[in-house]
Amino acid sequence: MAEVKLLGKWPCPYVLRARVALQLKKVEYEYLEEELGGKSELLLKSNPVHKKIPVLIHRGRPLCESLIIVQYIDEAWLAAPSLLPASAHDRAFHRFWAAYFDDKLSPLLTRLRNGERGRANEEAAEGVKLLEEAFVRLSEGKGFFGGDEIGYLDITIGCHLGWIRVTERLMGFKLIEEAKVPGLAGWAERFCAHEAVQGIMPETEKLMEIFQLAQIHMKRSKR
Amino acid sequence: MAEEEGEKEVTLLGTWSSPFVLRVKWALRIKGVEYTYVEEDLRNKSPQLLQYNPVHKKVPVLVHRGRAIAESSVILHYIDEAWPHHPLLPHHPYEKAMARFWCKFEDDKLSPPLWRVLTTQAEEQREAQASAIESLGLLENELEGKKFFGGQTIGLVDVWFGALAYIIPIYEEITGLKLVEQRKLPRLCRWMEEFLSSPAVEGTLPPKDMLLPRYAAMREAFLAKAKRPEQQ
Repeated sequence: MAEVKLLGKWPCPYVLRARVALQLKKVEYEYLEEELGGKSELLLKSNPVHKKIPVLIHRGRPLCESLIIVQYIDEAWLAAPSLLPASAHDRAFHRFWAAYFDDKLSPLLTRLRNGERGRANEEAAEGVKLLEEAFVRLSEGKGFFGGDEIGYLDITIGCHLGWIRVTERLMGFKLIEEAKVPGLAGWAERFCAHEAVQGIMPETEKLMEIFQLAQIHMKRSKR
Repeated sequence: MAEEEGEKEVTLLGTWSSPFVLRVKWALRIKGVEYTYVEEDLRNKSPQLLQYNPVHKKVPVLVHRGRAIAESSVILHYIDEAWPHHPLLPHHPYEKAMARFWCKFEDDKLSPPLWRVLTTQAEEQREAQASAIESLGLLENELEGKKFFGGQTIGLVDVWFGALAYIIPIYEEITGLKLVEQRKLPRLCRWMEEFLSSPAVEGTLPPKDMLLPRYAAMREAFLAKAKRPEQQ
């Protein structure tokens, strides 16, 4: 059996993406928790360019960037489920919305967590509405963006649900609300309850603690 | 018959100056795919563009069999998968992942400092130059023993980096700063020549006498804006 290692940090949603993909494919792997605020020698050696987690090491060869890792997992372990759909056009759809989430929505969520309001709130609501439309179109009445099973786009967005909930609490405002985006609301529950996700998704409470600690630390270092 | 032709039809919406659009043109050329090109005016976006890319309202957009695909990375992957001959990506999953890594590297570690070289001055510009040269050094290493990033033939990474081959000399001319020196980055210099003279690329470049003033004007605009921060 080929050796698989994953370097990560438990609060990191990008690490969670790699873990969910490995769990879905039932790949045995060694998870190496990096210290928060530090970088191990193995990390610096494996990802000298970016020095960031997650890093997947398969047969001694390192890979970084969460979505590149997820696609690699899909292509290196061909057992079901396929994370990306079969048709080129549907794959393009998954990739487009994954890029939209990472390039537009995720930075927006960070800004909202850091206190930005006003136009940012509206943009977030619009973004979530677009995702709802994408969900309805891609899921075709089934439970996930990937259809019957979790797929690439489910992983991309779903692994951020913990941080989305942190953002909602800080804003005092629900982004994924059943009344407004029923498809996404149902999907979020199903994603979090999925056996590949349940045991490894960090609790929102713990993420809130980490966030608040980081905020205090940032304020202190600015003085 | 008309319906069948419509189904096969490929349309590319773009602008003459966009390096992102060029990537798509190169990929289509490598695959030998015939297409209709539509020049968009981004100051006056067509109903077609707004219909095909309602989320970003940007070019390039590829329309194939009536369905639109946006974002150059997504389009390139689509082209490679819809027309599997002359593959752009390597076959092996690890090599495929490494090709994708280099594309992301360009976005994260090369494009931003290059842009800052064009749009800033003094200390900030010098730092950007150093950062860009450091990143270009990694590309130099990657080219060891290879004609192209894709090996003997042009691949996805070559197409992704390709615009650098004509844009870097323009930035150097405008700013007076050197980014790719022959003696320091000889493989990269050779790659730039090979890439620009390859059949897929020949004749596709925007005219330099139109690009140079365009980028020079961008530099002026950014420098002027930086002098008036209270108006931002």
